[in-house]
Formats: sequence, structure tokens, C-alpha cells
Amino acid sequence: MELNQKIRSFIESQLVVFEDDAKFEDDENIFEMGFVNSLFAMQLLEYIELEFGMTIDNEDLDIKNFSTVNNIAALVNRKVG
Amino acid sequence: MISKGKEIKCVVWDLDHTIWDGVLLESEKVNLKDGIVEILELLDSRGILHSIASKNNYDDAMSKLHEFNIGHYFLYPQIHWNAKSQSIAKIREKLNIGIDTFVFVDDQSFERDEVASIFSEVFCVDALEYAELPAHPRLNPQFITEDSKRRRLMYLEDMHRNQEEEEYQGPKESFLASLQMKFILSDCEEEDLKRAEELTQRTNQLNSTGRTFDYDELNAFRHSDRHRLLVCELTDRYGSYGKIGLTLIELIETHWYLKLMLMSCRVMSRGVGTVLMSHIMQQAKKDGKKLLADFKQTDRNRMMYVTYRFANFKEIENDGQGNILFENDLSTIQPFPPYIEVNVREQNTSAKERYIDGTQPKNSFVY
Repeated sequence: MELNQKIRSFIESQLVVFEDDAKFEDDENIFEMGFVNSLFAMQLLEYIELEFGMTIDNEDLDIKNFSTVNNIAALVNRKVG
Repeated sequence: MISKGKEIKCVVWDLDHTIWDGVLLESEKVNLKDGIVEILELLDSRGILHSIASKNNYDDAMSKLHEFNIGHYFLYPQIHWNAKSQSIAKIREKLNIGIDTFVFVDDQSFERDEVASIFSEVFCVDALEYAELPAHPRLNPQFITEDSKRRRLMYLEDMHRNQEEEEYQGPKESFLASLQMKFILSDCEEEDLKRAEELTQRTNQLNSTGRTFDYDELNAFRHSDRHRLLVCELTDRYGSYGKIGLTLIELIETHWYLKLMLMSCRVMSRGVGTVLMSHIMQQAKKDGKKLLADFKQTDRNRMMYVTYRFANFKEIENDGQGNILFENDLSTIQPFPPYIEVNVREQNTSAKERYIDGTQPKNSFVY
């Protein structure tokens, strides 16, 4: 599966949104949708670390790196490269 | 029976030759050990939880416990044929408390050794010594508050919630909405002080600095014009989770300075940490200030670190020892999740007056 697609399906399965079919684009800010909580953030980190065999350090934890599907994919590519 | 360490939060009991004399599989006529009911009751009243790790037939053992009228004391009883270390791991996962806060009571050294080989942090006690448990320092919590007395009931309410959540077919968010959660923020009152003190001692995972404060220190903050001490309560249609969050803010000239923010692990899956954070950010912004926050990074509070970073806090100092100073310019603030009603009860914060006759209503509002 393509990297973006993988990340997107994880987020779609975990994100708490009210509309059943809430759609977001790969460059859309998921934090601004307002439904991101700490638990989701933690699950997202654990997913990325496990799925892509990488460690996310403090300096990577900038909200920008996680705000869109594209940004997460970019982070993964940078770290796993 | 010497053991040093953290306060015990849960006692895991074996059944045969431990809770009762005899072996249930061999004979239905087993007798409770002397004083066992009193011990269960006493520890329960101190806010210490009970569970079971027993190799037995589940239905038989449970009906025997109910026959003795003690079945209701045990949370997530593990009665099956798997290793007891696995049972304890399961209970730990369900209760979401540290493995170093467990005591395991069993008459067989084989079972105690098996548990100790996997979890060296578990305090293993020979069943011969069960009567000494109530006097043990680790089973004598420093505080017994309203919340500790209700602790078992709160976990029971939790069990029901989780059960319903597992069985719920619809989407997760509509389940959360169906809970009708209310998050209540208020200035710490005198009657909250003991619980506040307890929270600073018991909370490890969702804790920004791990600083502990005693009753008098907290009371001083409560009366100080330069500080805000807020407590949070969460309720839903099953009942109240009790006072589950605390935050201490120092008001300095240019900033609100977060000295402590903590949240009980019990409410981790409810998305309320972000609510408290958003509230503080909104209020600071309204006051025309920015936010500073002390943070002490440990191997257990990563979720809290992530909460800060994802709320757009930036590290402005880091000594490499885990001591961090964060700043937040409050340019973006996350809205509250729609499935939680947020109530704020404010006292007159400028003067911090106490209304002696109690008639004057507090300023309060609902988002």
C-alpha cells in the first residue's frame, strides 16, 4: 500500500469525528478539524513507530510534522529514508 | 514481610488455601479464612482494590464467592488455567495502574516465584501472612478521601462503560456522545485539598512535572492572588469519575505560568486532557497573556509531553536532564470536542472572597 494511503487509513480508523463520512484531503490539517485528543496523538505516534520501524524523538514532535497526511509521510520518508 | 516501595493500589488474591481453606475442585465445602471478610472490607475502605488470580473453574469459583457474599469486592477476577503472571498483566491493563503498586497473595511458592520471575516489582506475599496485610505500611495510604472510598465503585462504573463500549456497534464518536459527559472546572475549594494532595502523589503518566504538594502548600496557593489552583471533575450517565484533574498556574506579569498539570489515568480514553489545556489557553489569551509551562520528562509521561507539543508548546529551555521550559504564543487553540459539555465554575478571582452567607451565586458558565 502506498505510504499516504496507509497513514490515511490509520487516521480514518482512529479519529473521532461526528460525520460518518468525514473526508479530509492529504494536505488538510487534521488538528484544525478539532477532534484530535492526547490519546489519538499517542496512538498515532505508536502506529508510526511500529509500522515504519522508527523512533520519533522530541525534536520531531512539532505539530506541523503531524498536521496533515502529507506531512506525516514526509517525516517518515525523512527518518526512514 | 518487609517491602519498601509505592503505596499498594491493588491486592490480587489466590483462592484455594488463601481466601478459603480447602480446594474448591475437590470439595464444595470450603471455609473462608478467619477475618478475611474484615480484611477485604478494611482495605476496600482505604481505596485499595481487590482482584483474583486463581486456577479454578470460573463459574464455580464466582458462585462460591457470591455465596460468601464477597464477590462484589473483586474487579476483573482472573479465574482460569493460565499463568498467574498473565492474570496480573491483564488486571494491570484493565485497571491501568503501575505494576509496582500490586501485591499478590498466594499459598504456593511456585506461583509467587512465577509472578516474581516476570514482574520483580510485584510484592509477593505468602498466604500464611494474610492477616498482617492491613498493618503493612504500603497498604496504609497517606490519605483516605471521598474519592478513595468510592474507588471500587468508580472502577465498577468503568467496567460497565467499557463493556458497553465493546458491545457498541456504531461509530466511536456517537458512543462518546451517548455517555453525556460533563467536564467541570472549578477553583479548588477547601474540601478538595486532600484529594488534590492525593492526586499529586498518585498520578505518574499524565503528569507534567510530578511535583508533589502537601495540604498546606496547596491551601496557600488557593488563597494566593498570584496563583490559580483548578480542579476538574468528569461525570457521565453512569456516575462521576470524581475529581480527576488538577492544575496550578502562577500569574506573572507577561504570562500565565503552568507549574503543574495532571490528569488521572482513569479518564485517559475520554479526551479530556485536551479540554483542560484548551481552557487554560483560552483564559490566558483572554487575560492578554502568553503561557509558560514547566515540564519534567520521565519514562512514563510521554503522553503528557505529546499533549503539550501538539497543543503547540515550544521548548525554550531544556537542560538535557528532562527539565523543560515550554512557551505557547496561543496563536492556535484547539476547540473542545463536541461530545463533552464543559462547565466552568468561577469564584470571584480578583479578590478571592468567600461568601460567608453562601447566598451569592458564583459566576459560572457553560460553553
